[in-house]
Order: sequence, then structure tokens, then C-alpha cells
Amino acid sequence: MTRVLVVGAGHAGATLAGLLRQAGHRGPVELFGDEVDLPYHRPPLSKKFAEGDLEQWLRPAEFYREQDITVRLGEHVVGIDRDGRRVRTGSGDFHSYDHLVLATGAEPRALPVPGAELSGVVSLRTLSDARILRKCVEERRALVIVGGGYIGLEVAAVARSCGVAVTVVEREERVLGRVASARLSEILAAHHREQGTHILNGAEVTRIDGADGRVRAVVLEDGTQIPCEAVLIGVGAVPRDRLAVDAGLVCAQGIVVDEHARTSDPRILAIGDVTRRPLGTGALVRLESIPSATEQAKQAVATITGAAPVAAEVPWFWSDQFDLKLKIAGLVPPTPHTVVRGDPAAGRFALFHHHGGTITAVESANSPAEFMAGKKFIASRTRIDPARLADSSVPLRDAVVH
Amino acid sequence: MPKVTYELPDGASHALDVPSGQSVMDGSVRNNLPGIVAECGGSCSCATCHVFVEEGASCFDEPTDEERDLLEYAEGVRPNSRLSCQLILTEDCQGVRVTVPDTNG
Repeated sequence: MTRVLVVGAGHAGATLAGLLRQAGHRGPVELFGDEVDLPYHRPPLSKKFAEGDLEQWLRPAEFYREQDITVRLGEHVVGIDRDGRRVRTGSGDFHSYDHLVLATGAEPRALPVPGAELSGVVSLRTLSDARILRKCVEERRALVIVGGGYIGLEVAAVARSCGVAVTVVEREERVLGRVASARLSEILAAHHREQGTHILNGAEVTRIDGADGRVRAVVLEDGTQIPCEAVLIGVGAVPRDRLAVDAGLVCAQGIVVDEHARTSDPRILAIGDVTRRPLGTGALVRLESIPSATEQAKQAVATITGAAPVAAEVPWFWSDQFDLKLKIAGLVPPTPHTVVRGDPAAGRFALFHHHGGTITAVESANSPAEFMAGKKFIASRTRIDPARLADSSVPLRDAVVH
Repeated sequence: MPKVTYELPDGASHALDVPSGQSVMDGSVRNNLPGIVAECGGSCSCATCHVFVEEGASCFDEPTDEERDLLEYAEGVRPNSRLSCQLILTEDCQGVRVTVPDTNG
């Protein structure tokens, strides 16, 4: 019977294990995780870390027993023997496979400045990171967030809502510079400032000062000192592709896979944040999102079980900031033509980005219908009439050009 | 304990006990039934847990505006469409039957 080993017990790996059983795979399934906790939902780490329900397991413990999935937690896979079709763990054991799935995810990018090792300086990727951050917020420690990405801003929103003094230091001229349209950046930055978040753009951290091993201030290139008692480093994540690189698989800052989740070794697949994948645009993209991980888990299951390939999905993700429930679909082009529907000042709007009338991306806040419609428009390459789309009194369906 | 019958796209039918306080989505995920993907983990964000409520609809709260908006543009939507993450079971829920569409992504 076909033996499947999964390295990485995050959303991608755990989802894949469950989907294999749904698809009727009867052979052994083993899931290896570096962490000691059962697979858990990661969105609450930045969105709900100040609340009590931080630990949300993806599946209860009995699930793995009932589904006959062997979960090996706290067990590090340190090497792949491709010829022998087996992996080696830190304790020196070997485990053989017929199919190996790498779902090792990504880890926080380090900030290479003096003082980054001080106590009170944290990054956010794991449950234990989130618990540290929760303590910081509970103790109302003044917080500096280095990096104005989605995770940094989500944490800023939660911390501000708890009454913590928050400063966001962003190197670029706008927050979310790499991932959002300029218009959305502007709207979100304004919303944060209204709620009392201090945002510094075009600012670079040169060092972090401390006393008695604890952080006391973040120091910027221009000499500005920002006193604080906690620092979150949120400057992006790097794929954990070391195992694949060492095994000689084709990697390019991420494991290169095709639309069937296959790596350059037919016996090895890769899914989730660690991969660089095709999206039909010609370029290989590394998407860090749950829908992308789920989609690739489905691809991998189809490949392993020999089922028909799964249809391509529109990339999307969500973010919560204060009272704004953001849902974003498609890839935002660098210089979009944008139709604004709704009212950004009222916190309910959708930015539809189009190319010659064909919708390519939608960024929405508190507008689920616009998001769902936009996602469908992107998938079906629907053409819209910009003027009608901008008019909220015109139903979305009537903005479509037939 | 509340009982929920799930009619799956392949014609299979599963009658499961789902504890009060849990959702119709939880019952499906917990038992690894196919069709309810539940990407967002039950936060009414993604519409990948769409079901048709065939019986027992009255034991659930009315959909919120947010759920209605998500459903309006979901694939294959019908008058009895709901997001199963919003269908929270109580002891009163006894003959709940839902059909899981094969369009949940």
C-alpha cells in the first residue's frame, strides 16, 4: 500500500492528510511536525491573540486516531534520502515513503540589526509566539511594530483596541506596499491613524536599544528614538526550503512546483507557503495564504491518488483590522485602473481593479457580496462597465458587459 | 444530542451526532466528510461551507446580512442555502438534514 509521509503539520499538511482519507487513500499517512502542538488555525495568532480562544485546533485529537493518521509532533525531519525513498529525523530514525509531501511553510524574516536578540523582541508565526505577544498586550507594554504588512497591521489593530501605544515603522513610503493597491494602503493607514496607531513611513530601523537584556527603544536611521517595551518584527517570511535545497530539488526562494504540486522529483510533492507555484500568468508566485495551501493540498491528493486534476482557483485571502473585514481576491497589479464602489469613509467599500474593463482583482472591506462577485468576475474574465460598477445603486450583475 | 444527516454529492448519507453548541460545519469537519471545505475555520469569511438545509431549518437563527451577502454570489445558490458554520446546533435540533453541494471549491 502506498505510504505517504507529510513533513510539516501546519494548515497545508494537516489538510492534505484529511483530504487523502476523504479521497479513499487507505495506505499509511504520517504527519511530522516540528512543534509540539496539534495542527492549529494560524489566523487567530494575529487577529485574536488578545482573546481567550487563541488555541483553535484544526481537528480534535481523536480525529487523527479515527482517520488512522499518525501524527509525530516535535519530531524534526532533517534529511531526505531520495534514492532510498526515506527521510531521516533528528533522533536518527529513518521513515520510508512512496510519496513525500513537503509542507514546511515559512518562517519570519529576521531583522539584521543590533539588539534584535533582546528580550521583548518577538516575531509571530507560532502559537508560542502569539502567547508572548498576548502577555505584552496584557501588560500594556508600549509596542513598536517593524513592518507595515498585513500581519503587522492586524497586530497593531488588536493592540490599539486593548489600549496599547502602538508605533508602526515601515521602510517603504506606504504600508502594505508590496501586497495592496496604493488606494487601499491609503485608506487603511488613515483608519489606523484615526484609531491612534502611530505610523512612520520611509523609516528604517538601525538598532534596538535595551537595558538589563530587555528592550527599551527602537532607534531609526535619522536618530529618532522610539521608547517601547516590546517590539514585533513583521518584515515578511522566508520559505523553509532547506530540506528541499539539501536534497537537490529545484528551488528558487521556495520549492518550485507545478500545478499538480509536483517538485522536480516525481516522488516528492510540495504544498503551502514553502512553494513557488504557477498561476497561469507565466511567472511563478509564492502565495502565503490558507486558500492557496488548501488548493495545493487538493492538487497533491489528486496526484497521489491518480484522480482527475483539480480546477484552478482564484487566489484570495482575508484580514481583519479594527471593524474592517477585508477580503481580497486576485493579484493586485502594480498600476491598477480602479473602480471604487461604496464609501471608504464609511468603512464599507470595494476596490475593483480592471484591465480594459476585465476585472483582475478586488479589495473589499465589509462588502462580502462585492468580494464574492469580484472573485467570480476574475475567474470568468468578466468585462464590466466601470461607470455602472461605481454606482452602488446599480446591482452588481447589471454592471456586467454581455 | 442533536443529530444531523449529511447528504453528500456522491449520494452517500451520514447521520451523525453533533454536540450542542457546535455547528453543522464542525460536525462535517470533525468526521472528515467531503464537500465542506471550511477554509476560514468558521468565521463567516469564505463561503466554502455552503449547504442546502432540507429539513430542520426552523431550529437555526436567521442568516445575518453578512451571510446573506456571501451566499448571494455563491455557486449554485438556492432559497434554502446557508453557510453551515452559522448553523449552531441546540438540543432542540433533532431532524436536521442538509445536502452538501459539490461546488464548495
